[in-house]
Amino acid sequence: MSTIRLTVNGKPVSADVEDRTLLVHLLRDHLGLTGTHIGCDTSQCGACTVHIDGCAVKSCTVLVGQANGSNITTIEGIANGDELHPMQAAFRDNHGLQCGFCTPGMIMASIDIVHRHGSALTEDILRQELEGNICRCTGYHNIVKSVLNAAGRMTAAQAAE
Amino acid sequence: MGIEGIGTRALRKEDKRFITGKGRYVDDIRLHGMTYAAFVRSPYAHAKVTAIDTAPALEMPGVVAVLTGKELVDDKIGNLICGWMIHSRDGSPMKMGAWPAMAPEIVRFVGQAVAVVIAETRNQARDAAEAVVVTYEELPAVVDMREAVASGAPQLHPEAPGNVIFDWTLGDEVATDAAFKAAANVVSLDITNNRLAPNAIEPRAAIAEYDPAEEHFTLYTTSQNPHVARLVLSAFYNIAQEHKLRVIAPDVGGGFGSKIFIYPEEMVALWASKKTGRPVKWTADRTEAFLTDAHGRDHLSKAEMAFDKDNRITGLRVKTYANLGAYMSLFSSSVPTYLYATLLSGQYNIPAIFAEVISVYTNTAPVDAYRGAGRPEASYLVERLMETAARQLKVDPTELRRKNFITQFPHQTPVIMASDIGDFNASLDAAMKAIDYAGFPARKAKAESEGKLRGIGVSCYIEACGIAPSKAVGSLGAGVGLWESAEVRVNPVGTIEVLTGSHSHGQGHETSFAQVVAGRLGISIDQVQIVHGDTDKVQFGMGTYGSRSAAVGLSAIVKAMEKVEAKAKKIVAHQLEASENDIVIEEGQFKVAGTDKAIAFPMVALAAYTAHNLPDGMEPGLKESAFYDPSNFTFPAGSYICEVEVDAGTGKTTFINFVAADDFGRLINPMIVEGQVHGGLAQGIGQALLEHAVYDENGQLLTASFMDYAMPRAEDLPSFKIQHTMTECPGNPLGVKGCGEAGAIGASAAVINAITDAIGNNDLAMPASPDRVWHAIHG
Repeated sequence: MSTIRLTVNGKPVSADVEDRTLLVHLLRDHLGLTGTHIGCDTSQCGACTVHIDGCAVKSCTVLVGQANGSNITTIEGIANGDELHPMQAAFRDNHGLQCGFCTPGMIMASIDIVHRHGSALTEDILRQELEGNICRCTGYHNIVKSVLNAAGRMTAAQAAE
Repeated sequence: MGIEGIGTRALRKEDKRFITGKGRYVDDIRLHGMTYAAFVRSPYAHAKVTAIDTAPALEMPGVVAVLTGKELVDDKIGNLICGWMIHSRDGSPMKMGAWPAMAPEIVRFVGQAVAVVIAETRNQARDAAEAVVVTYEELPAVVDMREAVASGAPQLHPEAPGNVIFDWTLGDEVATDAAFKAAANVVSLDITNNRLAPNAIEPRAAIAEYDPAEEHFTLYTTSQNPHVARLVLSAFYNIAQEHKLRVIAPDVGGGFGSKIFIYPEEMVALWASKKTGRPVKWTADRTEAFLTDAHGRDHLSKAEMAFDKDNRITGLRVKTYANLGAYMSLFSSSVPTYLYATLLSGQYNIPAIFAEVISVYTNTAPVDAYRGAGRPEASYLVERLMETAARQLKVDPTELRRKNFITQFPHQTPVIMASDIGDFNASLDAAMKAIDYAGFPARKAKAESEGKLRGIGVSCYIEACGIAPSKAVGSLGAGVGLWESAEVRVNPVGTIEVLTGSHSHGQGHETSFAQVVAGRLGISIDQVQIVHGDTDKVQFGMGTYGSRSAAVGLSAIVKAMEKVEAKAKKIVAHQLEASENDIVIEEGQFKVAGTDKAIAFPMVALAAYTAHNLPDGMEPGLKESAFYDPSNFTFPAGSYICEVEVDAGTGKTTFINFVAADDFGRLINPMIVEGQVHGGLAQGIGQALLEHAVYDENGQLLTASFMDYAMPRAEDLPSFKIQHTMTECPGNPLGVKGCGEAGAIGASAAVINAITDAIGNNDLAMPASPDRVWHAIHG
């Protein structure tokens, strides 16, 4: 057992966990943050994607010990109160989800992609970069539309700051 | 604010919880005192279980119980069944082998459970499952369906000699043979429709809780049809009485058919919750999903089409072997028969059809309905044949199709289906225009000059969905009725709860169903709440599969709405001293036509509940229910055309364009409909290019993870061009047809037709991987 201290969605968290505990299980089972989903056992589907210190990471691939001391953001932590994150809003406005199961991971991965590419993001780059997230419902058509739409909103917001 | 009624691209009401991480899927639910189940599964495809030593596992930390298949059978928990009876051509009923929820004696596919560990935590359960010692005596296995029916093959079930479940026929053999004898040309093709894993991204899961005081079970499960689950669990499996079992299917992360069926794990969880006195949760990992979710497709066919000298089709003869795996899943027998052979007429006038279907057992996971269920297999076969015929007859594939299109409706095919309406030329026109079919030869020439192989492929599919009517399917062997139920509860303040037997697992019912209700009354969709997925709330329902939600589920809601409106009009007519025939509903008002006398809808609702001023003898309240049994299937149809470029050096296929032109009748929410098409296309294209569930000769599943099974990713797919044409379905009150499966039904033939056109070799099986395409080009 180890005592883990980290910050999750801006709040300090400590937990005593088995050393083999994965970050996704800490989030879901110990903290009740069930928006982060588990869709596979091999870090292929990306449903569990969260941000560790601002970078998109598959939380089923991270032992909580590795995340000790870091800053975790989950799908529950990206909206500003009632105001949706531009990526969340874009997914809704562009019908970028159906069953919603891959959606949190897709949104978390996409925010990171937009942060890294900004206004240089193209459909080709986006389709390549979404390689780590699987959706079975949408055929990606509207996910691509959503992320490109959000990229516009996010870069416009950055420019305004 | 405008009213978001039928035809509006209303944004989805349900999305808020999904995009904020507040969805509530089965694995998100925790009950007080909950334990976790981990199954002990067979590593062999075929083996005798000679001993199970549970003692080492029972000593592991946190272990509450270890239960075996023998205990399950001793407790008289019944065998899993197939609910659609098919008879062989000799009149004998299908041969169903026994399928206990955990195998007490013989295992017949890798992954079949023999025992279950119940423990305090998930990890403890998994650790202890590793410690259960099972002694197997390996038996010879067979995975290839041709080998399964050969003499001397390993036998799976004593009930099914030769591993043949049924040898079924449909159509007129004599007339078809005569057509082939008289034919000017015959086109024949051997067709493999490869095995797929459905792969909803949410793995299957179940939580069972037994209340000994009430002798009552609650089951949370990833189900597309919770009422059917309750019915089957109670009526056939002896788990609980129907009124003592509540089944809840909360947010469900995709189904695609794989969550229609009742699986062993749900049965075991319920049974184990009673045995242990604790709530039991089981959640599949992805490998368990690959091993135990019902797979899809897996047909081998010999197909022949006869033409007269004018290139008109005179006959179609098909012999199909269908692999149903090691056991017969809940609706498996209907897929290669009444959902497949009845669609072999396609969009064409074919005077004589004869189909023979031989279903066989093999030592593989059970096969059942997967997006489209039988119809993709039929469409792929017919559309590969048509394209092949066009090449052989040296005519344009679109012209050959047009010449043979059904143009008079209704049209009775020789294989049961009677299509009610359609305009196949309109869809083909729309698709050809959108892809600039006329400009293709020039584009191909240009690509050739740059050393690229360019091809174009057409697929004109038809499907039959909203499967019905109950009387007809009953006569064909179905074990359930295929109606839908609805209840409309108007609250005293004028908000509305609509209870539906349909189940939404991504299809957006909470929005599109609300649109229909809101549009009729002229109120906001925010005033309408759609309630589904809980057998304690909704009295009964058949769930969602086969694109039945709009055509059947919504029609039931409309029927209930008509009753609500009729009663409301009576109330208004009474209060305004008018004739109820003069009351019209406009923009949220119940008005006396041609006057300014009106009562707003919320006041009508309130009046129904205050009951101070109702017509004499009228019951208070405003709540009505309806069961709707359709008079016929609906027949969505369309034309898909794709243009591809193949790299001769690598065999890699790249999409230039993909156009889908569909006729779904009236569209409730075009945004949602297009999303459904996109998803279906991805699964059809996935089958054509990437997906394949592969067993080795010993029955080991080689594609048991996302690292081995090629799921389509964003980079593998193009953006799609979607076109809509419309003929209103005459068979239901909304004129709707159904859109959920179309993409998966029509896409794979278009892709393979395009690649074979590009490479000039028709001998290409799915999935057309770069390796296969390279060999098809270079030999």
